[in-house]
Amino acid sequence: MTTIADLGGTDGWGPLTRPTADEPVFAEEWEGRAFALTLLTMGRVSGQNLDAFRHALARLDRTAYLDDGYYGRWLNAAELMLVDSGILAPDAIDARARKLRGEDVTEPEVPEARKPDYAPTAAGSLRTVQEPPRFAVGDRVRARDVEVDHHTRLPAYVRGHLGVVDVVQPAHLLPDTHAHFQGENPQHVYSVRFTAQELWGEGAEDFDLTIELYDSYLEPAP
Amino acid sequence: MTTTSDDRIPAPLRTEALEQLLTERGLVDPAVMDKFIATYETQVGPLNGAKVVARAWTDPQYRERLLADGTAAIKELGFAGPQGEHIVVVENTASKHNVVVCTLCSCYPWPVLGLPPSWYKDPAFRARVVREPRTVLAEMGLDLADDVELVVRDSSSEVRWMVLPERPAGTEDLSEEELAALVTRDAIVGVAKVQAR
Repeated sequence: MTTIADLGGTDGWGPLTRPTADEPVFAEEWEGRAFALTLLTMGRVSGQNLDAFRHALARLDRTAYLDDGYYGRWLNAAELMLVDSGILAPDAIDARARKLRGEDVTEPEVPEARKPDYAPTAAGSLRTVQEPPRFAVGDRVRARDVEVDHHTRLPAYVRGHLGVVDVVQPAHLLPDTHAHFQGENPQHVYSVRFTAQELWGEGAEDFDLTIELYDSYLEPAP
Repeated sequence: MTTTSDDRIPAPLRTEALEQLLTERGLVDPAVMDKFIATYETQVGPLNGAKVVARAWTDPQYRERLLADGTAAIKELGFAGPQGEHIVVVENTASKHNVVVCTLCSCYPWPVLGLPPSWYKDPAFRARVVREPRTVLAEMGLDLADDVELVVRDSSSEVRWMVLPERPAGTEDLSEEELAALVTRDAIVGVAKVQAR
């Protein structure tokens, strides 16, 4: 599943500029409201699941993801989660917005809620895994090169590439199933180090990159 | 959801509509929203991270604890919370430089830095810093010498990265508080160095 959210290494974004020192936390007032509404939506209203929120972000189309910036995409993902869980009808927000600006609209009925039947087994995402980690620091690993039809945190730009385990991190619940409310399935997580040449070829700038990869994203490499 | 640019309803109006819809059904409380917003506008911000850095610069044992177990050492100063379950701290020096990104969304260590700045959320930063970080850093005002070892940290899980910047020369006589005032958010993410005034 390659999505609009999987931006690493993609082209066409233009240059960066020098950061400004005193940027406000929320550039406009609505951004703060959208931030708080989204936190409440993903934490409480539509089911407690940060991965489901990230999956909602990843399912947005280009316009919904990019055009209103970071908090615009939060708002759109919150809407998607609320529609998924039957809390809002698909057109409810737009209908209310049109009404707010004076249009004569009939608002859709509140649908039947179908909130996922899931409660986290603990707070946060760190979990315990009984089996010892499959890989140790220094082990050579390959990021799996598979297209999956579900949420994943394995970005396209590392798929198929060879790296070395740099740090064995605490185990986490697995976003790939958790995002779909299909279970926490905790796994070991590794910071894997890749060279720039491995990722981008001979002409690459000189640097290394580390990224956290879940156990099932990796296979042993010779 | 609106999908075409032409008939899109402006985000501020859609936000107001959503707040109304959820509030009138008792699903959210605007007063709770106000509290979240105020917390991240006034309490949880880069000043927290600056205090951590200044402590590490002035207390060698704290520095060791911070590099060994970032989460615990940061909590010693009272900073913990969402997006800070497991914070790993790496040190920038004259010869080694780390820069942090989240290519898949904009994961960021909220307890020490607050909410991410605009450039961190910019698709250009997310896309390019994993591919041409030296060019990106130069565009942002940081020229790294060719012999500086550079590591990019892509935060793809719940591990959060924090950079302990290099203490600038000429700050030997400054107090911890004075040092904290020099430390910037940008240096703690690794797109700048801390400058002595």
